[in-house]
Amino acid sequence: MTISRRKFLGWCGVAGLGVARAKPVRSASLQEFAGYPDSLGVLHDTTLCIGCRSCEAACNRVNELPEPAEAFTDLSVFKARRRTSAKTYTVVNRFEAPGSGRKPVFVKKQCNHCLEPACAAACFVGAFQKSKEGPVVYDASVCVGCRYCMIACPFEIPAYEYDNAFTPRVMKCTLCAPRIKDGLLPGCVEACPTEALSFGRRKDLIRMARQRIVSYPDRYVDHIYGEHEMGGTSWLYLSGVPFSHAGMREDLGVTPALAFTSGALSTVPLIASLWPVLLVGIYAVSRRKEKLYETEKASAVEAAMEKTTLKARAELEQALEKARREKDAAIEKEVRKAIKAKSIQPGGEDKDA
Amino acid sequence: MPEKRIHLGSGRITPFNLVSGVIIVLGLMITVIRYTGGLAAVTRLSDYNPWGIWIGFDLLVGVALAAGGYVTSAAVYVFGLKRYHSAVRPAVLTGFLGYALVVAALTYDVGRGWRLPYPFLVQQGTTSVLFEVAACVALYLTVLFLEFSPAALEWLGLKRARNLAVKMTMVLTIFGVILSTLHQSSLGSLFLIAPSKLHPLWYSPYLPVYFFVSSITAGLSMVIVEGALSGRYLSHKMDPAHLADKDQVALGFAKAAAFILAGYFAIKVMGISVGNHWNLLSTPYGLWFLLELVGFVALPCFLYAIGVRERNLTIIKTAAVWTVLGIVLNRLNVSLVAFNWHLPAGERYFPHWMEIGLSVFLVTVGILVFRFIALRMPIFYEHPEFEENEKHSYSVDR
Ligand code: SF4
Ligand code: SF4
Ligand code: SF4
Repeated sequence: MTISRRKFLGWCGVAGLGVARAKPVRSASLQEFAGYPDSLGVLHDTTLCIGCRSCEAACNRVNELPEPAEAFTDLSVFKARRRTSAKTYTVVNRFEAPGSGRKPVFVKKQCNHCLEPACAAACFVGAFQKSKEGPVVYDASVCVGCRYCMIACPFEIPAYEYDNAFTPRVMKCTLCAPRIKDGLLPGCVEACPTEALSFGRRKDLIRMARQRIVSYPDRYVDHIYGEHEMGGTSWLYLSGVPFSHAGMREDLGVTPALAFTSGALSTVPLIASLWPVLLVGIYAVSRRKEKLYETEKASAVEAAMEKTTLKARAELEQALEKARREKDAAIEKEVRKAIKAKSIQPGGEDKDA
Repeated sequence: MPEKRIHLGSGRITPFNLVSGVIIVLGLMITVIRYTGGLAAVTRLSDYNPWGIWIGFDLLVGVALAAGGYVTSAAVYVFGLKRYHSAVRPAVLTGFLGYALVVAALTYDVGRGWRLPYPFLVQQGTTSVLFEVAACVALYLTVLFLEFSPAALEWLGLKRARNLAVKMTMVLTIFGVILSTLHQSSLGSLFLIAPSKLHPLWYSPYLPVYFFVSSITAGLSMVIVEGALSGRYLSHKMDPAHLADKDQVALGFAKAAAFILAGYFAIKVMGISVGNHWNLLSTPYGLWFLLELVGFVALPCFLYAIGVRERNLTIIKTAAVWTVLGIVLNRLNVSLVAFNWHLPAGERYFPHWMEIGLSVFLVTVGILVFRFIALRMPIFYEHPEFEENEKHSYSVDR
């Protein structure tokens, strides 16, 4: 029941329960992830690249991509700077080297198969996975097509099938994962006539690259592009000109993309647990205030009522009293009148009274 | 008073109905083209610019402007500001419609809209900020639906269900505030993953904070704007209590907006100094940034403050519209204008007219549905049969 377990863990993760994440990607940005041991990669020595576009043709063939508008032998494409697209997983660009008289530089561009890929960190269905073998593989069967992976990729690689109405896919180099599994070389590497591309274990490629830099210090810039860029990539580059002259960004830094968002994501459990407490607290205070206000109001009313009742009672009593007095007075008056009448009118009864 | 005569009676041929009819027809046409020719047929999206105005405007602006729902219900139910009670239902209704439209827009924008539940049902990409956004938006849409349901149930005369729904008010409000905090800020966090593509003046580790704080000002301002609009066109549907409270709500919310805008301004300035980007302010992008910061944050803040002091509703309404425009500008800047700023002009994005057309279509649908509901359900007045009940369950005092 791996699926349900995974799903469960996924939901725990979003609920902020802090259970281990579903994927073995680093959970915090603190420790360095050195990549899977023995993972594979390609070293692109741009000083050996002659811009023949054989790799482009091979890639197109092995991946059964649609035929391009211009033939792969047409070198006029170098006039414009190209990028990967839904129909091309890899392109070679030409850069004029600074200073006249120097040969132009050709650089092949494709997915770099990052060790901690931005695209994988960004995808909300986990359609991208970094495999132990090295390739970053994409699963079109779950992809929603939000294209956040394209926003995230610092190398501007993934492309989208915008003209497909119902089953558009994200398209990018696969590092020929299916061929590697069959023990074959990636199509582009196999086709390269000059060994500008070397396929192997990333560890070995780095050693090889460093050796070349040491052996030919005049030929190379002392930097292996991809060793640390964005946390390291499976595809590595050597160059004779500063990489920024070869169309590659040198300002990306060594922090893997995941680290940029992990901080913000880690506040989720915090907000989810603190907010309710705070809000209920505020609610309680406002309720209490309101209650106090209400009780105060009620008691004021009661007091007022009491006062009025008392006053009313007093008034009533007064009135009664007055009435009584008036009545008494009236009786007295009558009595007196009667007495008077009796005394005028002599009779035996009076003496009795 | 010619405007009075346009008052939004449905079913008659008025300029309003005519224009919205044309927009609806256009929208339906764009829908057909979108689902037959793909995104390429109706958008100018490219491999460099995977997100256009359907994300920049419909999602980012839409969610920010729909913040009135959580802001108002939090003010009334959590903070106990009962005197704003009459503002809750309209705000919750616009919030609900806003979010529903955001989801509708997303079904157009993503490649396979019917897969939108996949992140929950099939496989969870928990390392993704977008996953958090999606989860919160889905849950919050449900919350808003439930918060709105009493009005619908009163209209339908389903007393028992309605009373049950009303009982959940408090829990829903708190849940809504949590979800809103999370996804309003996460919409900003979305861009944290691409520091190499967003201009440093807009890129900041504080992006989530900026988005959250500005969403509050957006919510407050939208309540004022909506209040002004419905006061003009739907006043015949308002009960005396609502009419009496209207200006009080505007004044109170304006005061809050002034304070929060001031705070927002301060943390934006703090962001520049933390990143030490002062030198960038004199570049063209810097001037654009200053226009946003001074022209659409500081100025409306100032205007709000004056409006509150003078108790002048015209100034307050102007400030509200201005703030809303500022939010639109900010979200478009982050997602489109300052995004991919490093690319040559030829690779930059500009929307296709059909992208704009669809956004206008969705907004129009929102207004029409709002009108339909406000003309029928107890939104601006208390249902006579439930008035007592209402008072009892919320203990509203007037
Ligand atoms: S280069 Fe881009 S697409 Fe390729 S693995 Fe890295 S982030 Fe993903
Ligand atoms: S477009 Fe597909 S692969 Fe890319 S982030 Fe979205 S769901 Fe994942
Ligand atoms: S590794 Fe394969 S998919 Fe990638 S560029 Fe080479 S041939 Fe194309």
